[in-house]
Amino acid sequence: MLNISDIMQTLDMIDHQHLDIRTITMGISLNDCADPDIDACSRKIYDKISRRAENLVKVGSEIENEYGIPIINKRISVTPIAQVAAACEDGNYCVIGTALDKAAKNCGVNFIGGFSALVHKGFTDSDLRLINAIPETLSQTELVCSSVNVATTKAGINMDAVALMGRIVKQTGESAAKLVIFSNAVEDNPFMAGAFHGAGEPECVINVGVSGPGVVYKALQEVKGKSFDIVAETVKRTAFRITRMGQLVAQVASEKLRVPFGVVDLSLAPTPAVGDSVARILEEMGLETCGTHGTTAALALLNDAVKKGGVMASGHVGGLSGAFIPVSEDEGMIESVRKGVLNIEKLEAMTCVCSVGLDMIAVPGETSPETIAAIIADEAAIGVINNKTTAVRLIAAPGKSAGDTVEFGGLLGSAPVMRVNNVSCKKFIERGGRIPAPIHSLRN
Amino acid sequence: MKAIMTVTAADRVGIIASVCTLLASMDVNILDINQTVMQGIFTMTLLVDTSTSSHNFDEIKSALIQRGENESLVIHIQRADIFDAMHRV
Repeated sequence: MLNISDIMQTLDMIDHQHLDIRTITMGISLNDCADPDIDACSRKIYDKISRRAENLVKVGSEIENEYGIPIINKRISVTPIAQVAAACEDGNYCVIGTALDKAAKNCGVNFIGGFSALVHKGFTDSDLRLINAIPETLSQTELVCSSVNVATTKAGINMDAVALMGRIVKQTGESAAKLVIFSNAVEDNPFMAGAFHGAGEPECVINVGVSGPGVVYKALQEVKGKSFDIVAETVKRTAFRITRMGQLVAQVASEKLRVPFGVVDLSLAPTPAVGDSVARILEEMGLETCGTHGTTAALALLNDAVKKGGVMASGHVGGLSGAFIPVSEDEGMIESVRKGVLNIEKLEAMTCVCSVGLDMIAVPGETSPETIAAIIADEAAIGVINNKTTAVRLIAAPGKSAGDTVEFGGLLGSAPVMRVNNVSCKKFIERGGRIPAPIHSLRN
Repeated sequence: MKAIMTVTAADRVGIIASVCTLLASMDVNILDINQTVMQGIFTMTLLVDTSTSSHNFDEIKSALIQRGENESLVIHIQRADIFDAMHRV
């Protein structure tokens, strides 16, 4: 039989260190729902999602019960709506957003992602209709998440889209917690708010996102003062175990739902709960407070070791895979911001080595659309030049100024409003056009 | 289905008897058993086969949890695959 201490270690991870499966996300293609009539299109979308994801929550709960491992979220990602709705002759895309929301509620999932457009090289008419419908859709729906890809390493940065998204983020207000602006978006990401079902994906697929900052934190507490060689090795071993569990759950879910398995996303995704923080892992490496000098190096080590440990544990690795640094969803990050140690400039540096980008950051409501756009442009440039996914999920909190707090509730947490540099970048953003793809995009 | 059961509690007489009698009453077969007392804490792990039982997994699990609550025992039961996945390459 298994070693008693191995068994107890696993139980301890689940009971006391927040080890869980963060999400089982079902990707569903909606390409066959296109229709010239927007109401017919919405009906087809609602029917297809309700049919495909009928058993998702039930199967998720069965796995939780049998395996004793909590599965925090069950979610759905769909084909970017700008593609599906392109055939609609007229009508407001908000109607489709409402259908998505209704379908998600009907299936009992936590979120549905894919109110999205990919505009890294330019807009179709449908892309523009979708983007302009984002503020209304996100404020009128509860579970719909939206994303817009504005740049890729192959295409460069669409600065017209960047400028537009600056205005859209501002108009969306607090609901922008459900809006992600990507560079190099991935097609199989199971995490929200940025999940969508990409063009190269099958009809229906199961992707799983694992988590476990608490487990890594506990493991590092046992190697206090040891060299970085040992720190890296410890993170790798822990990530391996976490991912094996994710792979098992992904396989079981795929069999039970009779839907092919896509990828396991090896992510350290924090929650606002104490003991489930990425910032605390960095501090355990020897930093007094996350955000001080050394934080970027610590995060680089963590991100790399998580991937190295996880990659051997799973048949197919994908999504965003790495350490997330969302401010509002991480108790340690929030405290660092409150102490004045972590600021937006340091977070930007950290995004060069983390899995995604500037995530769940609240800025003063008076921040100009151009400044928001310029923050998006900086982040997109980091992604494009470094050939990695970056994202911006920024909330210009109406009526709030630096130092105030915005409450999003649930898994989204609460965010301290952070100071931004208000020196004008208006003329820079007004230029428009495209920033060309970097030289290393020419790999052929 | 093979499952791993763990029982932890303050040590006293009759814990094994109580748990095993309950398992026997539901026709759950015990394949392996491992027990120790660490610093006064009774810790037992069992490998059980639930396929011999006419009860389904949910019923067995809730009967065990109920027994645990009545007798101040912390009982977990979950499919064995998860431990294999995490601890064996």
